[in-house]
This record gives sequence, structure tokens and C-alpha cells, in this order.
Amino acid sequence: MSAVRLHGVKVPHRKTTAGSTPVRMGVPSVVTIPMSMHIGVPAEPVVKPGDQVKVGQLVAVAKGAVSSPVYSSVSGKVKKIDDMLMSNGRFMKAVTIEPDGAQELYEGLAAPEVSDYASFIAAVRESGVVGLGGAGFPTAVKLDVKDLTKIEAVIVNGAECEPYVTSDTRTMLDDTELVWDGVQLLRKYLNAKRVVIAIEDNKPECIRTFKGLAQGNSGVEVVSMPSLYPQGGEKVLIYNVLGKIVPEGGLPIDVGAIVINCTTLAAIAKYIEKGIPLIEKCVTVDGSAVKEPKNVIVPIGTPVSEVFDFCGGFKEEPRKILYGGPMMGIALPGMDYPIMKNNNAILAFGERDAVTPEPTACIRCGSCIESCPLNLMPTEFAEAYENRDVDRLRKLKVNLCMECGCCSYACPAKRPLVQTNRLAKALLTKDIAEKKAQAASAAAKKDEREEVASK
Amino acid sequence: MSELYVSSSPHIRSGRTTQKIMLDVIIALMPALIASVLIFGPRTLLLTAVSAAACVACEALWEKLMKKPCTVSDLSATVTGILIAFNVPAGMPVWELIVGDVVAIIVVKMLFGGLGCNFINPAMVGRVAMFLSFTADMTNYAIPSKAVDALSSATPLSVMDKLTWSDFPALFLGVHGGVLGETCALALIIGGVYLVARKVIKPIIPLAYLGSCLLFSCLFGGEQPVLSLFSGGVFLGAIFMATDYVTSPFTNKGKLIFGIGCGFLTAAIRIFSNSAGGVSFSILLMNLLVPYINSLTMPKPLGGVSEK
Repeated sequence: MSAVRLHGVKVPHRKTTAGSTPVRMGVPSVVTIPMSMHIGVPAEPVVKPGDQVKVGQLVAVAKGAVSSPVYSSVSGKVKKIDDMLMSNGRFMKAVTIEPDGAQELYEGLAAPEVSDYASFIAAVRESGVVGLGGAGFPTAVKLDVKDLTKIEAVIVNGAECEPYVTSDTRTMLDDTELVWDGVQLLRKYLNAKRVVIAIEDNKPECIRTFKGLAQGNSGVEVVSMPSLYPQGGEKVLIYNVLGKIVPEGGLPIDVGAIVINCTTLAAIAKYIEKGIPLIEKCVTVDGSAVKEPKNVIVPIGTPVSEVFDFCGGFKEEPRKILYGGPMMGIALPGMDYPIMKNNNAILAFGERDAVTPEPTACIRCGSCIESCPLNLMPTEFAEAYENRDVDRLRKLKVNLCMECGCCSYACPAKRPLVQTNRLAKALLTKDIAEKKAQAASAAAKKDEREEVASK
Repeated sequence: MSELYVSSSPHIRSGRTTQKIMLDVIIALMPALIASVLIFGPRTLLLTAVSAAACVACEALWEKLMKKPCTVSDLSATVTGILIAFNVPAGMPVWELIVGDVVAIIVVKMLFGGLGCNFINPAMVGRVAMFLSFTADMTNYAIPSKAVDALSSATPLSVMDKLTWSDFPALFLGVHGGVLGETCALALIIGGVYLVARKVIKPIIPLAYLGSCLLFSCLFGGEQPVLSLFSGGVFLGAIFMATDYVTSPFTNKGKLIFGIGCGFLTAAIRIFSNSAGGVSFSILLMNLLVPYINSLTMPKPLGGVSEK
């Protein structure tokens, strides 16, 4: 481990559901499956309204290199395929299926034949697995490394540093075998000589379990990481485990690392062993408004309202609903949003926890700078953004911000620093695009002039 | 069902607020206030209360006139008020003190945009304004209740050549002439330790300030470098004035440079110009350098690639 620890914040853990073994909820009344539950090109539907589908049947195929296929989580009839408003404010094609309640398995489900690296990557691609830690990056793309000798270490991310969320904890405890099988798959097909399972020290049971398995297994290490948010951030984990810095614009593989979430790994192992693609997710249901917080195994596409109903409904009126944890989660404007592949929690908060505190003047205390794991200066971003000073934003490296939330969390003046960072990043991206367009049109004009001159 | 709140992440915030930080500073100033009452008598309380009230009133009135939301509940004006009172001697006429408050809050703080926007420390400017306008009253350091002797009628700084180590207990406990809040080093240190323990300040600036002041006093061949550290406003300045967030650098490295600079200037002013305002002027001068220190000590972004 590296000598210098990155900055971070001590967030409250609130992992009250850590002891709750996931329970499978019943068949929902409807499932709405968006074609984009991953980063990259949306999947293309292969079913049409009126079609009968079964559990695990292909609903949409991956389109292009960076994409992921989608499978039905229920058996039933395709009701419609239309655009739905996603939580990010964009419209996305979604397949709505009316379940028949039979939950009949698709006959075509069979464990894929995996014999070498190429067939392993093909299987990962077919499994529909994406980064289940939250990012949703297609796992097959991540594991498709051009040169396998570049891999020095694979880090299995079991940090789970977000407050409330315990679905990774439960994967590590209830699906230990699958995670471990996944580790073996990585060793076999990625030829990973060193696998490091990194777990935050607030999950001693998980650490014990995997230390026991790793004993006598050379090449697999289990490390206990300090519980300091955002320990599970990819760049943070690589630095804290391997002491390496992923360069700006680079990928973890540039420093010989691959980071894979423990639940993602279990999902891959499940597909390769049993042929069951990613059709359901264990999600932590918690928050001050939830009557019976617990971990629930939910068919993908289930409306969040039905998941909350399964947890006894609400004990107080919910005023904020989140996809994911409170540090990086997305606030939903309604209750009929579906559970997606990369959801690991849904949280509901009452009025008291839902209100955003009023920001006051910046007192230049430097708490935001002190808490930023990437050594950025959020207060300076804010000032540069106010002045629309793109050059300064570029110099300050606002593009590196991963929006982990430490700065806003630490700010005593309750300033919306992450929000400003996002706006500043967008401003910078827009500026780069404009400059590119300008350069392109200038070049075109020059060509034109030269053409005229040559005539 | 009523509507849901939709906001940017993060959805939880730490319990720290500006108001709580300022309250901690006020609590940290209490030992010095108590010491001051014991040394200089009950007029200390009157001056402190008037000064704090005047600062709060100035801020509230200004915001009312400018039709801006009232921010006095953040307690920053209260802190400024107490600090200004701590910088005047016990015999200071009340109206002269209020002039200092008005300068600090209206001219230095509000005219530049309020909390967080002032580039120099308001309390320090308040002190300097009073020092230059009412020099006689500001340097009448006598302890009203005490018989006149060398230590009680003048600040020890002006009689440094006559002091010996036997005077150290009096200097440390603050039983000597001076302005209200600066004399009792013990009480100020207690306050400083409280602020560090509560993580309101880091000890870097005070330690760098005191250390470099001592070092440079020795290098410049000043009289009694250790004893002079315990006289005048070095402790008050180092612990409570130089650590003001708004007018000190962000990073640890920046804070170190800032503290060393303050110490160097204080020693230089004291030894080469023999001015009693050494602490105020050095902090103010360093305040002006803060933007430069900040840009020179910018932390290096993790993985950042510098532009060609």
C-alpha cells in the first residue's frame, strides 16, 4: 500500500442492512427495461409489441463495440416499446413487458463454452454484465485488454464506501463461491498473476471470509482498506492499493491495473457456470422514510415503487428518492423509475433528510481542497466558473473531477460545489468542442482558398 | 403524494457549519476574556460587549440598507467585534472603539462583498485605524487598578532592555500593561489548543509564526528574544488573527510560508522600527500576499498532465 493516503471524508456508515440476507420479491406488475443501462451505445430491441418472452430471453442486442445486450427479467408479453424519460433528463427507448406471473425460464439458456481468453470475453459480453458498482461500463470492454502481459494486478473492488449500501457486502457473504470462482476465471483467462481483493475495514466478516479462502492461494491477496470515502473510487483504489497514479485521460490498464466490482465478478461467474444472464439485482432498500429496510433481489425493470411496497412501504412521506447511495446517487423525480442493471440501492428520505441546506458565503476555509482525493481546488473552480473563465478551469483541471461529493460534504458553508464542478466540466467540454469546430472550419476555408488560388 | 426534491449529489452533508466554526472561535476567546477581566477589571466586559454589538449592528444595518439578506447569525461579525475589543487598552473611550468597529465591518468587510470577500483581516485594519487616529488612547496601556510601575504602565515591549527572566511569570500570565486580549499568553494558548482540538484551525500558522518570530529576533540581535515573544500581541495575532480563513492560504505549505512571513516581519518591524504595531502590520502585509502564496502552492492534481 502506498505511504501517502489520498484525502477523503469520514462519512457516516449507516449500513443497517448489512445483516439482512437478500429476499427475492414477487413478480412485479410491470417491468420497464431501458435500452441504456450502461455507458456506450444503447442496445437495439429484437422483440416487438405482442411478443411472448420468457425469463432470460434476449430482448435487445448490443449495438457496436461499447454496448451490452439486455435480457428479460420476467416471462410475459411485450406491451410496448417507446421512449421513457430517464433520470438524467434524456429520453431513452425502453421495452415494457407485462409479466404473466409464471416466471418460466427461457429454454435457450445454457452455460456458454469457455475455453480461452477470446471465448471468455465473448461470454462476458453475452452475459449482459456491466459495471455493477454504479458506473455501468460494459465489463467485456473493460476486460478486453489488447496485451494481457500489461496486466500487473486485478483489484476486486469490495470497498463499498457509500453509506447505507450493503448489496456488495451481501454478495461477498452470500455468493462467496461465485465471487471466488470469478477470481479463478480472471486468473485463468486474463492470466492475472496478482489478484487483490480490497475491502473496507467496516466489513470484517467479508475480510475474514476471503482471507480464509485466499490462504494458501498464492497470487490472491485480501487487503483491509481504511473506511475513508471514496475508497472504492477506481483511481483512489488503484492509488491506495498499488501506489500508482492513473494519468489524465488514461485508463487503469495504462498503469497495469484492472478494477472490477465484486458483484460484477459474481454475475460473470453465474453466467459462465449456469448460463443465467444479468436479469435481477440485489438492491439495498433503506433511508429514513422506509418502513422495513432490507436487501431485496429485484427483477430488472421493476418500478421502484413496487420495491418500496415490498419493504412495507413508507413510515413517513418520502420527499427524496435516490438511485444509489447518498454521496453519488441520483435523485429521482418520480416513483415509477425502473431498477436498472447498475443500481445497487434505492433510498427514500423524509422531509428532514431531503431538504438541501441553504448555501452561505464561502469562508475560504479550504475544507473542499483538504477533502478532495484528487487534490483539486473546488472553491477555485466555483470562482472560475462564476467568471466563465474557461482557461482557468482548464489549468485547474476541473475535467479530472469524478464528482465523488467530498467537497460538498465537507463544506461548512453548504455550497453546492459538486453541482458547480459539473457545470464547469460541461462548460469546458463545450469550449473544447467549439474550438475544434472553429479549427475545422478554418482549415476548410484555407483549403477552399488554396483551391481557388490554384485555379 | 407531495412532490419529490430533486437535487445534485451529494445528498448528505457534514454537520460543520460556518456558525458552529465561529461559535468555536468565540468559545476559544473566552479564557482570554476572563483573564482580561481579572487583569484589567470589569471595563473589559463593557468594551467587549459594545464592540461585538457595534460590529453586528453595522453588518445588519448595511445589509438592510443594501437590501441584502441578513447574515449576522453566522457570528463572524461577533468574532470581529470581540477581536477588535481585544486590541484596545482598558481605558479606551467607547466611541473611539466604535470607530474601529465601523471601519472593520463597513469599509473592510461589507464594501468588499461581505464574509469571505475581504482580502485583509477586518479586525486588524480596525486596530490599525484606531492606532493611527487615536494614538494616545491606544497606547495608554496602564492597568487602572494597579499602582504605577514599569510593567503595569507600559507594554513590556517598550521596556524590553530592563526585563529579566524573573519577569517571565508576569509576562506569561499577562499581568502587565497592554491591550485587553493580548497580555495573557496562557489563556490564548488554551484557546488555541481548543481550536486545534476542535479542528477549527491547524497549528501550522501559529507555530510557524511564533517559531520564525523567535528565530528572526535572535538573528536580528533583538533584546530578550524569548521574553519579547511573550509581550505585545504575538500570541493573539498568531493564534486568532493570522489563522483567519478568509485571509490566510489554503494549503499546508501555503500556511507555513504565511506563518514564517508573519514572524519574519514582526521581528523585523519590532527590532528595526521599534513600532508597537509590529504584529498588525506584518499580518496585514502577509494578507496581501495570500493570493500569490495560494497560486504558488497550488496542490498538484492527481494524475494531472500539465499542458504543453
